[in-house]
Amino acid sequence: MADRLRSRTTATLAGDLVAPHMRLALFLLLAPALLWLLGLIVLPHVDLAVLSLRTRVAPRTYELGFGNYRTFIDEPLYWHTFVRTAVMSIFATVCTLLIAFPAAWYIAKIARGRAKSLLFVMCLIPFWVSETVRTLGWMILLRESGVLPRLLVELGITAKPVELLYHDTTILVGLVYTSMLFMVVPLVSALESLDDSLIEAAYDLGGNGLSILRQIVIPHAAPGIAAGSIIVFMLTLGNYLTPTLLGGKNSLWFTEQIYTQFITRFNWEQGAAFGFLLLVLSTAIVWLGLVVTGQKFGDVMRRS
Amino acid sequence: MNPFRVLCSVLATVLAAIGLTTTALAQENKLRIITWADYAPAEVVAQFKKETGIDVEVTLSNNEEMISKLRATGGAGFDLAQPSQDRIVGPQQEFGIYKPMDMSKIKTEQFIPSMLDATKKNTTLDGKVYGLPHIWGTDGLVINTKTAGKVGDYPDLCAADYKGKTSVRLKRPTLLALAFSSGKDPFALYNDPKAYTALMDDMGKKLAACKANLKFFWDNKDQLLNGMRNGEVVAAMMWDTGGWKLNSENPDVQFIAPKSGALGWIDTFALPAKGRNDAAAYAWINFNMRPEIAAKVAASAGNFTASKGADQLMDPKLKAQFAKSFPEAALKNIKWYPAVPAGIEDIEGKVLDRVKASN
Repeated sequence: MADRLRSRTTATLAGDLVAPHMRLALFLLLAPALLWLLGLIVLPHVDLAVLSLRTRVAPRTYELGFGNYRTFIDEPLYWHTFVRTAVMSIFATVCTLLIAFPAAWYIAKIARGRAKSLLFVMCLIPFWVSETVRTLGWMILLRESGVLPRLLVELGITAKPVELLYHDTTILVGLVYTSMLFMVVPLVSALESLDDSLIEAAYDLGGNGLSILRQIVIPHAAPGIAAGSIIVFMLTLGNYLTPTLLGGKNSLWFTEQIYTQFITRFNWEQGAAFGFLLLVLSTAIVWLGLVVTGQKFGDVMRRS
Repeated sequence: MNPFRVLCSVLATVLAAIGLTTTALAQENKLRIITWADYAPAEVVAQFKKETGIDVEVTLSNNEEMISKLRATGGAGFDLAQPSQDRIVGPQQEFGIYKPMDMSKIKTEQFIPSMLDATKKNTTLDGKVYGLPHIWGTDGLVINTKTAGKVGDYPDLCAADYKGKTSVRLKRPTLLALAFSSGKDPFALYNDPKAYTALMDDMGKKLAACKANLKFFWDNKDQLLNGMRNGEVVAAMMWDTGGWKLNSENPDVQFIAPKSGALGWIDTFALPAKGRNDAAAYAWINFNMRPEIAAKVAASAGNFTASKGADQLMDPKLKAQFAKSFPEAALKNIKWYPAVPAGIEDIEGKVLDRVKASN
């Protein structure tokens, strides 16, 4: 009894001694991450927020106010660009999902052994080269004097080469191609966790392909679908390279607008305001998407 | 020891280490230049190193990027910049990114006097000179005489004959060129923001109407050169050097001075406000303006230089191309960019955004 008592006191004593020590160690271990977060994410954003609230009135004189945000509302072209970017990003996300789902299903459920890893690697291989090179590849294929238009002429489908580059559709093709992997991976992991016997049972109970897909597969894979969609949507919305290179004279992307404000117009204040609007609006769209599909953000992020 | 103190000491050590490395770097004799492609050819850099022992680190850029980069650091990171002469006073007023030239350290006798005076006048703020002329050239039309021989002025790019086969940049020179070709003088309105806004709005509408005719808004030189090489583009607004380069490959392609006048630019030497090695910068300027060096740089850039006497050493082919593009009258008709006052680019920026968004 006495022994036990003694050991307990030692334990608490030790606990008292160790705890601050442990806390310090934990703090030191976390320090790099915290510094990184604070220095590279929080502080620049605070700086941008302050910047976005300044309006230039004369050289080197600024006044505080919401002028830059008002410009976004007053000047239709800016919010038109944003709406255009958002709608096209959503569309690109849907297209990616529609193409990636059968592929992910095949990898997760039908392919076995070597074929499975081979297929997975095939999704990954395009990412071994940089995005610039991939995009330039599309440009070589699609430009008027490029491979595809010439092929169309040789096959007698078109009389003379057509320009396939510089259309909105071209941007969509590029975006879907670039983000395919980020949809396939969460979908495969979501589908793999679906027990095959559930599908067999559903067939036994008289279900058909469509009803099983709707009532069993999709509800099970929903967090994976949501995770993939969020990643693809964010990547697409924030993409700069693909829309600028593949898009033509009419295709304005919102990130391009931010770049222009910062670099060619020297209007950092306006650029910062646009940056914040992009952050807020994209968060709002993702949140809305989660609410509409009845998903929880935590679940989704665990899945991805 | 409290965690905060520990963190502070860790931070202090890290900062001290960074400080040590930067001072160590500063001690070696290095000149960091931000400039245009081909303005600091390897051969010239090597010769400079041999003569002075100074290493040259070259960063390639353009007007807007130079200003943005220097603005981001308040004028640090580079010891010498080469913006165009019209883009010095405005940004200097707004952001204070340059420091004045010490003219006593410059061998002014190496410059063509008229060009030196004009640049000094254009880059003077509060009685101090901020820029010296280096390379000059023009913006005009590059045409394929076989397929677009009739193009003679900027608005011809919008003619239905060349639908989908012409190109311009979505930048300020295009708006200015359109203004000149409709008989206006935009430079005269620089100090009247209201009238200038009205004029630019009109030109924006013109350009938007012309958009259907354009293949693309070109952004980098190679994109346009490739387009012209394979015939996707038959006429474009571009600077002279690109036109002469194509002319050497294919005599059908020519650079012509438009009827309403080519736009003349001069790229300068300017000292960033927080440059660390001014002595090296001055040495580089004086070295570069020596006729034989200037001729080498000019040949590499494909343009002409403000160095006195370099003219005799220039490539005869380039001289012949220049003479063909610029008969006496066209040479007199060049519209040289005056300094852009602060605020003007905001007006143009909005117009250009609208053009891009219009359908």
